[in-house]
Amino acid sequence: MNQMQKSKLGLDFDKVAEAKRLAQNIADKVQQHVEGFTTVTVERTLCRLIGIDGIDVHEVPLPNILVDELKEKGLLTQGVLFHLANAMIETGLNPQQITDQLVEGKIDFRKINIYPEEQREAILQPYIKEAIARVSANRKRREDYIANMGEGPKPYIYVIVATGNIYEDVVQAQAAARQGADIIAVIRTTGQSLLDYVPYGATTEGFGGTFATQENFRIMRTALNEVGEEVGRYIRLCNYCSGLCMPEIAAMGALEGLDVMLNDALYGILFRDINMQRTLVDQYFSRVINSFAGVIINTGEDNYLTTADAYEEARTVLASDLINEQLALLAGLPEEQMGLGHAFEMDPQLENGFLYELAQAQMTREIFPKATLKYMPPTKFMTGNIFRGQIQNALFNQISIWTGQGIQLLGMMTEAIHTPFMSDRFVAIENARYIFNNMKNIGDEVEFKEDGIIRKRAQEVLEEAIELLGRIEHEGLFSSLEKGIFGDVKRSKTGGKGLQGVVQKAPEYSNPFIGLMKGETTI
Amino acid sequence: MSAGLYAMDKKVGEQSLDLTKVKPYGDTLNDGKTQISFTLPVPCTDEAIEAAKQLMRKMGFENPQIVFYKELTPGFTFFVCYGSCTHTVDYTTISVPKVESTVMSMEETDDYLSRNIGRKVVIIGASTGTDAHTVGIDAIMNMKGYAGHFGLERYEMFDTLNMGSQVLNEEFIAKAIELKADVLLVSQTVTQKDVHIKNLTELVEMLEAEGLRHKVILICGGPRISHELAKELGYDAGFSMNSYADDVASYIAEEMNKRLHG
Repeated sequence: MNQMQKSKLGLDFDKVAEAKRLAQNIADKVQQHVEGFTTVTVERTLCRLIGIDGIDVHEVPLPNILVDELKEKGLLTQGVLFHLANAMIETGLNPQQITDQLVEGKIDFRKINIYPEEQREAILQPYIKEAIARVSANRKRREDYIANMGEGPKPYIYVIVATGNIYEDVVQAQAAARQGADIIAVIRTTGQSLLDYVPYGATTEGFGGTFATQENFRIMRTALNEVGEEVGRYIRLCNYCSGLCMPEIAAMGALEGLDVMLNDALYGILFRDINMQRTLVDQYFSRVINSFAGVIINTGEDNYLTTADAYEEARTVLASDLINEQLALLAGLPEEQMGLGHAFEMDPQLENGFLYELAQAQMTREIFPKATLKYMPPTKFMTGNIFRGQIQNALFNQISIWTGQGIQLLGMMTEAIHTPFMSDRFVAIENARYIFNNMKNIGDEVEFKEDGIIRKRAQEVLEEAIELLGRIEHEGLFSSLEKGIFGDVKRSKTGGKGLQGVVQKAPEYSNPFIGLMKGETTI
Repeated sequence: MSAGLYAMDKKVGEQSLDLTKVKPYGDTLNDGKTQISFTLPVPCTDEAIEAAKQLMRKMGFENPQIVFYKELTPGFTFFVCYGSCTHTVDYTTISVPKVESTVMSMEETDDYLSRNIGRKVVIIGASTGTDAHTVGIDAIMNMKGYAGHFGLERYEMFDTLNMGSQVLNEEFIAKAIELKADVLLVSQTVTQKDVHIKNLTELVEMLEAEGLRHKVILICGGPRISHELAKELGYDAGFSMNSYADDVASYIAEEMNKRLHG
C-alpha cells in the first residue's frame, strides 16, 4: 500500500492491505484450479489467433468444427495447437487449409504422426508472430490517436447503442460521439452469452442488442475512428467478453481494436448461470488477451445490487471488487486497465442515501487508486417518472465527479421504458457534462467530517468486507458461491451451462500466447 | 421564448368539469395544455421548426409552441413543445378490465389461505424465453420484496421457486409438472419487437398441448403488460407497473378459493 496516500474517509490502509491479502489468497486458490484445464472456447480462441476464420455451409464457425472434432475424438486434452502443428508438418498446409480439409472430410487427426516439440514450435511461430503483431499494431493505433488527437477527460462518458442492426448502431454511435460520448458500448443481443459459438459476419437483426461478431466490431471501430477524427477526440468501443465465449470475443476484440470489454466470470456465474469452473478458466485467458491488447476490462458487481439491497449488501460489492482485482493481476492486467464495477443503486427514499452513496464511491476510489473504476447508474429504482429519473441521474453524476470515477455509464431518464432514443442520450450527456463542469473540483475542496456519517459508513463497509473475505478465504470461492454469498444467488460447482466444454490438459499441452502476452516469454 | 412571466390572455372556456368531454389540464379547467417532445429527422432550420408546429397541429394541438429545439446530430432535430389539445374523451363510458380482488396484507393472505385452502400453494416463477431481466420476478418473489412489500417467498402459505432468467418455456413447464405447481408466474421485461407477446403466447399453447392450462393459475407481469393484454393472450391475470407481491398474493388466494369452492 502506498504509505503516502491520505484517506479523506479516515480509512486505515493497513486494513485495506489485509483485505487485499485475503483476496489474493482466494484468487490464488482459484488460479491453481484454472491452470489445470482448458476449454472449448479457449481452444477456439487459439484457432482464431492463428488465422482460422469463416463458416461452413451450415453457418457453423470453422473454429467450432475443428475443436468439436478434436473433442469428439478425445484429442482436445493435448490442445488444438499440438494437433494443428503435427498436421502442418505432415501436410505442408497452413491452419486455415487444414480446417478446410477437415470440413471436406479429408483429414483424420488420429492418423497424423507426432513430431518433436521444437519442430511443432517452429512451424507455428510465424502465425503466432503475426497475431501478436496485429494486436500490437491495434494497441499502437489507439495510443497514437490518444497522443495526437487526445481523449475526453475522466470520467469517460459511456453510452450504449442497441438497435439490433449494426448499420443503425453506427448512426446512433456517431451521433452520441458528436454529443460528447467517449465510450460507445454496443449492447449484445439477448441470449448471446449462452451461445457456445460466435456468429459470423455483419448482422442486422437482434433482440435488445446486436450480435457481437468480428465483422460488426470492424464496422463499428471504423465508424468511431471516422467520427473521432471529426470531433478531435478518440472514441472508445466497448463490447462484452462474457458468457460462454469469453476468450474468443477477447481475441476478436484484440484483432479489431476494441478498447473496453465487460469481462467478469462472477457475473456470468451468478446472472447467466454459467458453470463456474468453465468460466473461470475462460476468464483467465480472456484477461491475458485484454491485458496485452490494452483493453480496459469492466467487472459486473453493480448487478449484485439489482437483486440484493445496495445499502445492506455494499460489502459484497467491495469484496467482489477485491477478488476481481486479484484475479486480474494474476492475468497480468495493469491496474489502470481495471474497470472495477460499482453502482448508485440505493433506494431513493432512503434518508441520507446520497451520503452513503458518496461514502461508497469515495471508499472504492481510495481502495483502488489507479483503477479506471466503472460507475453504474440507478436502474432498479428508475420508474416511468422520467422527471425524477433525471434528478436521480444528476445525483449519480455529482458523486462521480466528486470522487473521481473512471467510467461513467450514463443513466437514461427513460431507463425501464425503452432502449434509449437519440434524444434520451442527448439529455443524459447534457446532464453529465453540466455537472462535471459545474462541480469539477468539488472533491479537492470539500472534506468529510471526522466521525460523521460518511466516514463512519465507509469504515464500516470495509470492516464488513474484510469479515466476508475471511469467510470466503476459509470456504474457498467455489463453495462460497454455492452458498449464495453474492447477490443472494446460489450456484453449484457442477451446475450451470458449459461444464461439458472443460477439458483437463495433457502434459503435451501448450498455449504459447499466455507467456508471450504476459511478457514472460519471447518468440 | 419571450412570452413574459405572466399569462395576460383572458382565461375563457368552460369552467365546469364535463366528464363526457375530458381534456388535459394545465392550470385552468379545459385549457387542454400538454407537453410533448420528439425528434424529427431533418436539419435544424426555420423550416424544421415550422414542420414541428405543423405536426403538432396535425396531432390536434392548438397554438403550438416550440419552447426548445436542438440539432442532436446533423440531420436530426429535437423539439420540446407545448400546445392545447383540441380532442376530448368521454370518461363516463370507459370500462377497463382489471384484476378483481381485495388487496390483503401478508398476514391476512396467509390466514385466508389456511382457512380456505388448508395447504400450501405451490408457485413457480421465471423470466422466460431469452429475457435476461430478473428485476420483475425478483421484486414479486424474493424474500425481501420491493419498496417495502415483502415477496411471495416470505409468505407462510406459499411454497415458491424462483427459476430466474432465460428459462425456456419447455423447462418452465417441466418444473411445473415436477412440483405440481398451482400457480405459474411469468415475467417479461424485454418487449423489443414484441418478443414478449410471442413468448407468452407460446407458453399458453404449450400448456394447452400438455393439457395443463386449466389446472394452473397462469399470471404474467412486466412494465408493458396490462391485465387486458394478459386476458387477450389467454392468461388469468396480468400485473403491470406499481403492482407488488401483496397484489399478486391476494389475487392468487382469492382465485384458488374461487376454483376450489366455486
